[in-house]
Amino acid sequence: MSDLQTLADHISAGLGGKLAGYSMAFGELTLDVNPGNIEPVLRFLRDDTDCGFTQLTDLCGADYPSRPLRFDVVYHLLSMTKNQRIRVKVQAGEETQVPSATGLFDVANWYEREAFDMYGILFSGHPDLRRLLTDYGFEGYPLRKDFPLSGHVEVRYCDDTKKVIQEPVSLVQEFRDFDFESPWEGARAAGLLNDDVLPGDEKASEADEAQGQEG
Amino acid sequence: MSQIIQNPEDDRKFTINFGPQHPAAHGVLRLVMDLDGERVERIDPHIGLLHRGTEKLIEHKTYLQSVPYFDRLDYVSPMNQEHAFALAVERMLGIEVPRRGQYIRMLYCEIGRILNHLMNVCTQALDVGALTPITWGFEEREKLMIFYERACGARLHAAYFRPGGVHQDLPQDLLDDIDGFCDHFLTVLDDIEGLLTNSRIFKQRNVDIGIVTQEDVMDWSMSGVMARSAGLAWDLRRSQPYEAYSEMDFAVPIGKNGDCYDRYVMRMDEMRESVKIMRQCIANMPDGPVSSQDGKVVPPKRAEMKQSMEALIHHFKLYTEGYHVPEGEVYAAVEAPKGEFGVYLVGDGSNKPYRCKIRAPGFAHLHALDYLSRDHMLADVSAILGSLDIVFGEVDR
Repeated sequence: MSDLQTLADHISAGLGGKLAGYSMAFGELTLDVNPGNIEPVLRFLRDDTDCGFTQLTDLCGADYPSRPLRFDVVYHLLSMTKNQRIRVKVQAGEETQVPSATGLFDVANWYEREAFDMYGILFSGHPDLRRLLTDYGFEGYPLRKDFPLSGHVEVRYCDDTKKVIQEPVSLVQEFRDFDFESPWEGARAAGLLNDDVLPGDEKASEADEAQGQEG
Repeated sequence: MSQIIQNPEDDRKFTINFGPQHPAAHGVLRLVMDLDGERVERIDPHIGLLHRGTEKLIEHKTYLQSVPYFDRLDYVSPMNQEHAFALAVERMLGIEVPRRGQYIRMLYCEIGRILNHLMNVCTQALDVGALTPITWGFEEREKLMIFYERACGARLHAAYFRPGGVHQDLPQDLLDDIDGFCDHFLTVLDDIEGLLTNSRIFKQRNVDIGIVTQEDVMDWSMSGVMARSAGLAWDLRRSQPYEAYSEMDFAVPIGKNGDCYDRYVMRMDEMRESVKIMRQCIANMPDGPVSSQDGKVVPPKRAEMKQSMEALIHHFKLYTEGYHVPEGEVYAAVEAPKGEFGVYLVGDGSNKPYRCKIRAPGFAHLHALDYLSRDHMLADVSAILGSLDIVFGEVDR
């Protein structure tokens, strides 16, 4: 049995029902946790002597718009004593209040501000949930999948008013987003094909059906 | 220029705006500082003035097109950043880098470390009043950048470490020149140390300033020199070795007091250790290919394309569609000169990353500035800021 499996067993024994599930891939252990349980889970991982995940290396959001709870909040923890990393994932919706980790790790303050800034994920109990990286007065959540790459506004210095002004984005040339994916390999792998029909082959089945009706 | 707003309730209390245009801000940092006389009560860093949306851009590019964005993060040591991304992609694809590729990567990572530490030590010294080191240090940085240029054609934005290996092989005379640089560089380090290490002014500005304890390292997620200055023997090259670092003979300098002076001394020592690693890389440089032979990931050589139809097809496909990375997620971290630089990569099976979170060491370190600077004098803020080793390319991303 691998070290990772031993660790996973230890954690699931220690946490009991608080753990929604775990998975192992690419030599990394990922724990799935419900938003309400995130604080006790992080506390266990930090304080339990066999875990010792005392450093919150990273905290970030991720967006999966097709899911009912569209966001993932991903915590990466590091144990220097055990030389081990672990990932904790929480699913959250646009309205979900994820309990803040600032009480456990001071560094979570900025990480959570960044996740709020980029995705609009809300953290309850955060002392100062302001925008962090975007401009003063910025609107929208730029890393959401439905936010356009070009953004909505562009800034320029206006010579008439002698001020920096914001205007809606106008691209001189349309944004060039070529679809290079091979219809024979890439599209299928990405799940873009409906019913495994290759582009250009859609009419083949229609023709078959038409023939069938005639006959 | 700093703008001073006086608080009417109390004559001693000030709120000062430091930056975003200030030579000691190391880029575009704006600090809103609450002062009691000259004593710092609170610092609110306003970051994001260099935010370019790197993570969003990467989601719209193929894996190979994403590589150059990493040069633009911490532009003081570009290749170290690319390294983390390359490791993440390689782990997802399950490809191995050939030995020569690994050695070239280590060689250039250590060059990056020296580039970074030279910049940091010299500018931090400049912040606390020592004018000469920067002129001596930058002469050496210039030589190192020429080594970058000779390997990949660019002095700064290298795009040299690519998933699968490195872009091109190094000629032997470049290796000989790097070897020659190592001998001379150690004397330059001695000269810089002669200016700073025992300088009374430099010590007065740095000793016992910005002390970091082991608890702070955990709470504020510090890594690299910051963590080691508190006495933690933690270096990813040793504890979670990647490439062939486990074969290298080098020491990891550990601090004792966790103050700015310790971090300066450690950076000087780390440069000496880097020279040691560079020499070992050059002396033991294996022969063979520099990147993976998997034609589905690494583009073929030009000569091969003239002969082989398959190579031509691979070339066309790799530079238009790019390769597909299987579904899943990985976190790959390297010991960048500033600390742990990590890439959290989510793939969805297509030719573009679904999510690429960049974990920059400077981000966590800058966050701790408020905590570290409290109850220090105003002038100490620039010493601490310099010693945190901040570059805004990676903090703002």
